[in-house]
Order: sequence, then C-alpha cells, then structure tokens
Amino acid sequence: MDTENENGGRTDVDIATLRQLTKEGNAPRFWRGLEELAGTSEFRDNAENEFPHGANDPNATLDRRELLKVMAASAAFAGLTGCTKLPTQHIVPYVREPEQIIPGKPLFYATAVTLDGIATGVLVESHMSRPTKLEGNPDHPESLGSSNSFAQASILGLYDPDRSRAEVRDGRIASWSEFQSELSSALAGEKGAGGAGLRLLTQTITSPSLAAQINQFLKSYPSAKWLQYESAGRDNVREGAKLAFGEYVNTVYRVENAEVILALDSNFLTSGPGSLRYAREFARKRRVEGTESKMNRLYAVECTPTNTGSMADHRLRMPALDIESFARALGKELGLNVAAGSGSLSASAEWISAVARDLRQHAGASLVVAGDQQPPIVHALVHAINQKLGNFDKTVYFTQPLEESPTNQWRSMGELAADLRDGKVTTLLILGCNPAYDAPADLGFRELLPKVKFSAQLGSYEDETSQLCHWHIPQAHALESWGDGKGYDGTITLIQPLIAPLYDGKSEQDFLALLNQAGKPSHDILREYWQAQKTTAPRFDAFWEQTLRDGVMAGTAFPAKQVSLKPGFAEQSPAVHAQGLEIVFRPDPTIWDGRFANNGWLQELPKPLTKLTWDSVAMVSPKTAQRLGLHSEEAVELKFQGRTIVAPVWVMPGHADESVTVFLGYGRTRAGRVGTGVGFDAGWIRPYGTPWIGSGLEIRKTGDKWPLAATQTHNSMEGRELVRVATIEEYRQNPAFAQGDVVKNPLSLYPEVKYEGYSWGMAVDLNACTGCGACVTACQAENNIAVVGKREVIIGREMHWIRIDRYYEGDVDDPKTYHEPVLCMHCEDAPCEVVCPVAATVHSPEGLNEMIYNRCVGTRYCSNNCPYKVRRFNFGLYSDWETPSLFGMRNPNVSVRSRGVMEKCSYCVQRINAVKIESEKQDRSVRDGEILTACQQSCPSEAIVFGNINDRTSRVAKLKGNTLNYSLLEELNTRPRTTYQARLRNPNPEIKKTAAV
Amino acid sequence: MAQIFHHSTNTIARVSIYGAVLLLLLLGYVVDVVNNSSYVTEVHNARPQPVPFSHKHHSGELGLDCRYCHSSVEVSSSAGMPPTQTCMTCHSQIWTNAAILEPVRASYRDSKPLSWTRVNAVPDFVYFNHSIHVAKGVGCTTCHGPIGEMNITWRENSLYMRWCLECHNAPENYLRPRSEVFNPFYQPPSNQVELGLRLMKEYKVQKLTNCTTCHR
Repeated sequence: MDTENENGGRTDVDIATLRQLTKEGNAPRFWRGLEELAGTSEFRDNAENEFPHGANDPNATLDRRELLKVMAASAAFAGLTGCTKLPTQHIVPYVREPEQIIPGKPLFYATAVTLDGIATGVLVESHMSRPTKLEGNPDHPESLGSSNSFAQASILGLYDPDRSRAEVRDGRIASWSEFQSELSSALAGEKGAGGAGLRLLTQTITSPSLAAQINQFLKSYPSAKWLQYESAGRDNVREGAKLAFGEYVNTVYRVENAEVILALDSNFLTSGPGSLRYAREFARKRRVEGTESKMNRLYAVECTPTNTGSMADHRLRMPALDIESFARALGKELGLNVAAGSGSLSASAEWISAVARDLRQHAGASLVVAGDQQPPIVHALVHAINQKLGNFDKTVYFTQPLEESPTNQWRSMGELAADLRDGKVTTLLILGCNPAYDAPADLGFRELLPKVKFSAQLGSYEDETSQLCHWHIPQAHALESWGDGKGYDGTITLIQPLIAPLYDGKSEQDFLALLNQAGKPSHDILREYWQAQKTTAPRFDAFWEQTLRDGVMAGTAFPAKQVSLKPGFAEQSPAVHAQGLEIVFRPDPTIWDGRFANNGWLQELPKPLTKLTWDSVAMVSPKTAQRLGLHSEEAVELKFQGRTIVAPVWVMPGHADESVTVFLGYGRTRAGRVGTGVGFDAGWIRPYGTPWIGSGLEIRKTGDKWPLAATQTHNSMEGRELVRVATIEEYRQNPAFAQGDVVKNPLSLYPEVKYEGYSWGMAVDLNACTGCGACVTACQAENNIAVVGKREVIIGREMHWIRIDRYYEGDVDDPKTYHEPVLCMHCEDAPCEVVCPVAATVHSPEGLNEMIYNRCVGTRYCSNNCPYKVRRFNFGLYSDWETPSLFGMRNPNVSVRSRGVMEKCSYCVQRINAVKIESEKQDRSVRDGEILTACQQSCPSEAIVFGNINDRTSRVAKLKGNTLNYSLLEELNTRPRTTYQARLRNPNPEIKKTAAV
Repeated sequence: MAQIFHHSTNTIARVSIYGAVLLLLLLGYVVDVVNNSSYVTEVHNARPQPVPFSHKHHSGELGLDCRYCHSSVEVSSSAGMPPTQTCMTCHSQIWTNAAILEPVRASYRDSKPLSWTRVNAVPDFVYFNHSIHVAKGVGCTTCHGPIGEMNITWRENSLYMRWCLECHNAPENYLRPRSEVFNPFYQPPSNQVELGLRLMKEYKVQKLTNCTTCHR
C-alpha cells in the first residue's frame, strides 16, 4: 500500500467534536460528508481546487522547454488541420435487403435481462442489427418502462472484450465437437449408476422451458442431482415463507395501496424482484401537487444504510441481529403471541409503539417488508404481522414460487461440498456459476473442484472456476440467446437474441440440448415448449409473434394464492447470539455478487450511499470507529471465525453501532482486465454457517492506508442550501418554503432572449429520487461516456454527465440522507458561455447550452466558471479508440470524444433532434412526453421530467409552476433550466425525535 | 567607434519584416486555395466505381425516380443505397448478358455485396439527415448537382460547413416546391426569392444555424 503520498487527511476527522457541533446546532444544517463537516485540510484542498492535484499532473514528464517546443510546432501547423482530406470511404449495401431494416433508423426488440433468475422486460435499441442500448419495456409489469443500472450496463457486458472466446480444455484451446464427444463418453459412464455421480449446478432458474429441459435430462439419470446456487440469493425469503406457511411461496407487494410502510432491513425500493415497480408506486404515493396532497409514510429499521432507509420518514438504526427482536416486539405490540427477542430494545420502545399504532390505524393499508438478508424467522414474523394487520390481498399477496424448483440453495451447496469431499461426484456440469469464487469459503471448493473426474463450466468469462474445471465453454450473453423467464409476479417474458453470438457462445439451453436433445436449436426448443403449453391458442403462430413483439406473454401473471399461517414458529424462543462485534454481509449495490466485476460502468458507478467507486469497504458507524480508533481509508484486518482479510475502513454516518458491513463481489482474482484485483474478497470470511449476519468479528489495525475513490467530496456546498427539505406540515403552513429570499427577475447584464418555439427544461423531483443510479448508467450508455478508472476518480476526473449528490442533515451518528441528481443546468445566463475564447459552448434558440467538441481547445475556462461543476474534461484519451469489440456498442448518434475536449450533459440533444425531425415531417409540434432523455426514461420513480416550458400544459411547465420548485444557486442569477422540487417528509407527529438506540 | 551594422541592414530589415508578413499572407492564401481545390474537396472528381453506373442514363434519360433506389430518403437520415436485388429487378430482364454488369450479377449470384466508392461524404461529427431536407423542399440536385447529366457521379459541392450555411442562412434562395424535389432537371424560376419566402412560410422552414443542429 502506498503510504507516502497519501497524507491521511481523513484522520483529522474528530468524531466527538463533530457530534458536539451537530448537537449544539453550530454545524451547517446539511453536509455531504464527515470531511466537509470537519473542514479537514484535505477536504478544503479538494473543494478549492477544481481538479485537486490534477491540473499539474504529478506523473507528467514534460518540462517547460519541451512544452514550448511542442507548442510552437502545434501553432505552426494549426492551420493545416483544415487541409485534412476525407479518406476514401466505401458503401456496402445489402445484396438482398432484410425486411424492416432502414439504415439510420434504429429498431427496438423486446427481450429480458435476468438477475437471480428474475426476468425484467427490456426493449433493446438496435442499429443495423447492432444492439446499442437497453430501455425498460413499458408493457412489462415490473419495468413499466424503467430500468436499473444492471440492465443498462448489460450492453457493456455483451461487448466486453474479456469475454471468453473459445472452448478451453485444461488450459488449451479446444473445440465444441471435442467437448461433445468427451461429454458423451463421460455421460455414458454415468448411465450405469443412474447418474449417481452426476451433478448439475445452475443459477436460480425461473425459466419454464429450461426447467423442462433439465427435468427431461434428469429422467435419463434418475439418481443425478440438480442444484441451484446464487451467492446473494434469497434463501432466507424462501425459508421464511416455508416457516410461516409450510410451503414455498412468492411474496408480491402492492405498494400503491400502502399508506404506511415499515421496512425491516429491506431495500425493497432499489433491490430485489419488483423493485422497479415498487419504487414507482412508492413515489406516486408521495407526489405532492398542492397543500391538499397526501403522502404515504415510510419507516425503516436497518443496520446498513440503504436507499430505502434514505427515503424513510423515520429511520431507526440497529444492529442487523437485533431486528428479529424488533419484529418480535412489534408483533407483541400488535397483539400477536410472540416470544420476546434476545436483544434489548428499551431505548426504542416508544418508537415501536408509535409505529405499531400507526400501522394499526392503517390496517389493510399498511405494509411490513423484511429484508432479503434477514433470517427466515423475521420473514415469518413479518408475514404474521401483515396478516394481523389485514394486509393480505390488499398490500401484499402470495403466489406460487417463481423458481421452477425452489430449494434451500445454501444448504444444497453444503451437500455438494460433502459429496465432493466423499468422492461421490464423478461428473460436474456447472452452468453460469462461479463456485470457486462465491461459494462459502470454508466449504473449500477451490480444493474440491479439481478432484472431480469430469468437470465442465459454461461461463461468460474464464474465471476462478474455469481454471479448476476440465472444460470451459463460452456462454452466450442474454442478448445473444433464446430463452424465457418469469417476472416478479410470474409474468412470462421471452428472451430473444439481438445478435448472433459474438464469440460462438452457447446458452444454457444450447448446453442442455446437447445433453439429451442432440443439439437441437434453442429457438425450436423454446417454441415447441410453448406450443405444447398453449394447445388452446387457436393460432399459435400469431400468438407467438405477438408475444415476441410485446416481450411479455399476456395474462401469465400468477394468480394470488391462499395461504394459511402455521402456528408455533413465533412462540418459540429465539436463538441467543454470540457476543461481540457484528458482521453483516451484503451484495454490492453496483456489482452485486461479483458477476458484474468486469463491467467498468458498474465499477465506476458511485455506490448510492457511500459514493465510493472501484472498491468495497468495511463500513462502521462513527461511534464504533471512535471506540476502536478507526478512520476512513485505513486498512484493517478483519478476523471472523478463524479467517482473516484486509479491508479498508469507511466511517459511515447512519450505520448501526457495534456492527460492520462488508460487501460481496470484490477481490476477484480472475475477472478480466477491469475487475481482477479490485477491492477485497469479503466472501473469504463468509463461512457456511453465517451467510449474512454473524457476531464475534475481530478488527486489528494494520497501520497501512488504503486510498479510496469517493466522488462525494469532489465539490463543495460552501454552506449554501442546495437541497431544500421540509415536513409536509411545514409545507402546508408555508407552501413557499422552498423559495429563497432572492429577488425575482433581478437586473441582468445579459440581453433578454425571447424563445418563440420550443424552450426545453427539466424538473427533478427530490421527493421521488431514491438515488439508485439508474440514470447515471443510462446516460453513460446513451452518450458514449468513458470510464476513467480508480486513480483518475481519486483526483476528481470522473466523466459522468449526471451525478447524484448525497446530502446529510443533522446528527453525525444518525443523519437524514437526501439524494440530488445534478446535471447541466442549461443556464439561461450561462457563466460558461461568456468565458470560452473559441465559442465552443453557445446557446441554442431553444435554450440549450450547447457544447461543440470540434471547436473546443481545452482551456477549461468554462468548467472553472461553472458554479454547478457539471462539466467534464477529457484529461486523457479516456474513450477506448482501440478495442474493436467496443465500437459496436457506441451510440452512432453521439460523437465519441477525444483527449483535450470538454463535455457535459446535452439534454440528450440527439433524441430532441430525432423527435423534432419526425414531428416536422408530420407537420405538427412535438407532443409533451414524446422526448424522453435517457435519465428520465430509465428512472423507476419518475423523478426526472423533461419537456417544453413554453407549453403551459406540459408536465414540466406545471412542475415548475409549483411552489416547491426552486433553482440551485439562484442568487447567482444564472437562471437554470433544470430546477428541483423540494423534498418533503411526512414524519409521525407522535415520534418527537428520532429515538437513539 | 565604427558602426556595427552596415547601411544596407536597414533595407534587409525592412524587406525581411514586410517579406515575412507577405509570406504569411501568401501561405494563408495558398492553404485556402488548396483547401478549396478539387484535390481536397473532391468536387467534380468522378470516382471510379465497381460498375460504371450512370445517373444520366437511369435518372436523366429513363426517368427513374430517385426514390426507386434511394428508398429511405424520405424516412431516414440516410438516403439508402440500393441492394443488388434492386439492380436485378430490371437487369434480370434487360442487358442480362452485358459484360459491364457482370459484377452486379456476380454479387447477386454469390451473395457478395457490391462495394461502391462514396462520392458525397461529410465527416463523422456531422449528423446530416436527408429526410427532413427533402420534406422541407430541398431538392436532390440542390446539393448533389445536375445528377441527371452525370455519367459517372461526381461531387458537385464541397459539403463544407461554409457551404451548408449558405442555405441555412438564406433558405429562400434554394427551396423548391415539394413536387419538384426529385426532379433532376429542375430550374429555379426567375422569382426564386419570392417563391422561396412563400415556401418557407408554407413548409415552416426555420433558419437553423445553431451548432447542435448538426454536431452533437
């Protein structure tokens, strides 16, 4: 670790002093990080220098004399650049033109992307058969047109140059036909014992056709076993349902009907099945249009700060292990016969009874949600509570499981390890899993896998597991294969290929077809499966075409299922937990369980709460950090159940005390050029016995530094209130609270411009933004934004055109959290425009602040003069101009920027122009809502609205007319076109102050 | 003390100073001339093609509509290049044995596309859209020149931004009725400006000169 240059500025954050400051009210109301609150030298340095330690590159080798020489040469030849002759180009038309393809016009196809087996419908933009962008499918019940970062970034996964490209046998390149013959002889050997030594390991499967293939295969090998595994899977949810109802069921929420919601360590707004729809319904229930509007109320009890917690009106932090006690206490309060928990909740007793009263008052319109990482008993208790509140079939309902074969995946992994150890497994087929990396470390898969006589892995990358298997087969991407899957409510979604496999990869369907269907094409298998299912459909061809077109099979959502609670589970006394520091494992918010580790977009997407990129951390609360003498960016040794790992500390305001959160997915050793060696592998200390939460963690200081790349401190608020917040009551009394005391229409030196036609503008509703980051990735995909890497992020050179600022309010230990997406404001009187010496940034007659790359000479004056710090400069050649596989991914309607050029949000001017051209051809004006910017289209909670301000009836104009509407830094009189709707909170008046734990 | 500089130094100094200025001006002039020469712009430079396709014959003499081959000109940014199939709609019936058409037949036979040399090109940072120009009454020949008289196609105009702006600043000088857009022999009337101003109103033509109209 580099200890020399890192001055360790964060160590002068004295938490005790900060706590005192916030308690006494001497601190600013809003703050962005502990460093800002403390005013550390490092923070000052970062804030005052626009590009801290950047402009004079420490690694630059150019001296002054040499620079002048180069400059002289550039000046001398400057005029000659105009003489560039265009190279001779060729036009290669089709021989026979395919139907529908028109050069210059994208086509959209409906398909789906899956995570943990759950399919989310998407529409894929295809330019001349080249997929370039994913959008949500408006017809899909979860997506409703929106998408998340994982879906947005899967396009980069498709074109990833590190994807495996060839069949590999024991480290040398082999062929599919060789594999076929070896596999069939291995299978022939298994036939005798009925497949007793045969194991098939897959990810969670909700695909009916794939499950049918597997079951048919298993018929020939009755003693073989099919196992499913996801390291960040939902075993606890399944087991909780089994505990409560005696059977596996799927839980579906109707957030639109819930007036009061309690989330128990659950991040249901941004993670898990249904989250896109839940976020939309949640935000709609909070939309305030006038003083009469009502808001729903969200309580969150959690250990690790999440997006859902940041949206909560009341948030109670508590160690993850105590949440069971909380659920028990709440159950008791609501009149259930529940044994008391082991944890002490006396400090929050008042809080619990207030919440219970609120829930009871809204019986039938309330909802309690348990988090995926909470133990089964919490889920079962929550089911009992929801039933007691009469919420069944109103705000929550149950269906048959989405998984085709729901199992306890964690346990089946343990059984597989035991069988491997005993030598019972002779043939192991792994489809899409990476157990050598993500199986519980103490099961020892790394040692066990090489023992198998014949092992083969189908995977997208040559990863940790493929190294230990005899065979590695490249897997086709979801955009290259046929398939199907179920949405969060059971709706069948078809997966269709957008492009032939780039590297001749095979899908899971192809692989299984090889096992027992003689390599039949996966399209035929899929179609025949559904033809057999839909024998009643009068014209199957028409039905099939329609379903492929829509992406979803109409009317296939599972009906609600009647469940009855089993008695007994709640009365049993809870297990007693070991004493000591708690450890909580969580899937990483951007790279999940490690499968997205080689995706640069997701690595560089700041984590929603910490704003960290390119790393995972051990999160501790300020109080615990103080007790243990820990500081952010300090490397510590974590020891849990005999295993140790070195991790960087991150002091996280709002985290529960005496608890440490670590994130899965990092520390990959064979992920690819992007993901290998990034961060630490928390899975290494995650034992079989403790999948999510345990206690008895030991922390030892190593004395080393571990620099982290957090984007949160890159720009400073300088004490101005950029985010404006009030309670709904305060708003009703003073509807204009968000209006600053700034003179309206003050004098200006700029000439007044009148906009005759369109006048574009944007409104961002802070009350809806959950801070999930889908917009950031959507913008990156739409606008060909480059990835810069950890070192460049540390020195403030990230390129995202939209950032989501996170603000804290109040107490250091337990602050309120707010998200604020900041993009180019497209100021009417833009400070950037007047300082550009070459007029590379100018105003359009429709009010856009345009950035012209060809004119830009890279003075960076504009960025210097921008009060919002939304301009991004290409300090290096960040865009990849060399890797051919990435060329296909780029949006052909947006220039790829080169070194030395400034760039920034354009309001997706390519989309504006495309829609305008279509409307002009039809001799009409652009309709409201016809132009969707990329960020707006992806947003699950409809927080971003774009449109024509001149049209008084447009949604954006109405929002801007609301008294909640305010501009950032309006005292500067820049008159931004991007404005914000102030955040409102709906606290329970019975809860005076947030209870301390 | 003797003079350091000889008397002639004055002249030499004057000549070299004015000379340098003149030289720079001359250099600028030369650069400008080269830049606008057909060597750089390719204007009036008929480019060799795999098949010596004659617009003069097909469009001018036979009267084929432009859109028969450039079929997406009204709907897309790209006017579209005809697939070999389009050529063969006629040439499977006429001139079926012409040696000159062998590459076309070979393409169709072997499913190998023809590779034409691009004649009219703008740089990659220019996002030109055919459909909107056609819809607003900009004729094919306004940019592509007397296409009905070209045996081998050449570029008529430099397609420099300066040239684009001539029309974007004053569309009235170039617009024609929509019915005449695809007429390869259209001649502007004597009252062009009057007509152009009327069409501008009728077709709602704007003077779009802001940068992101074409660059983004």
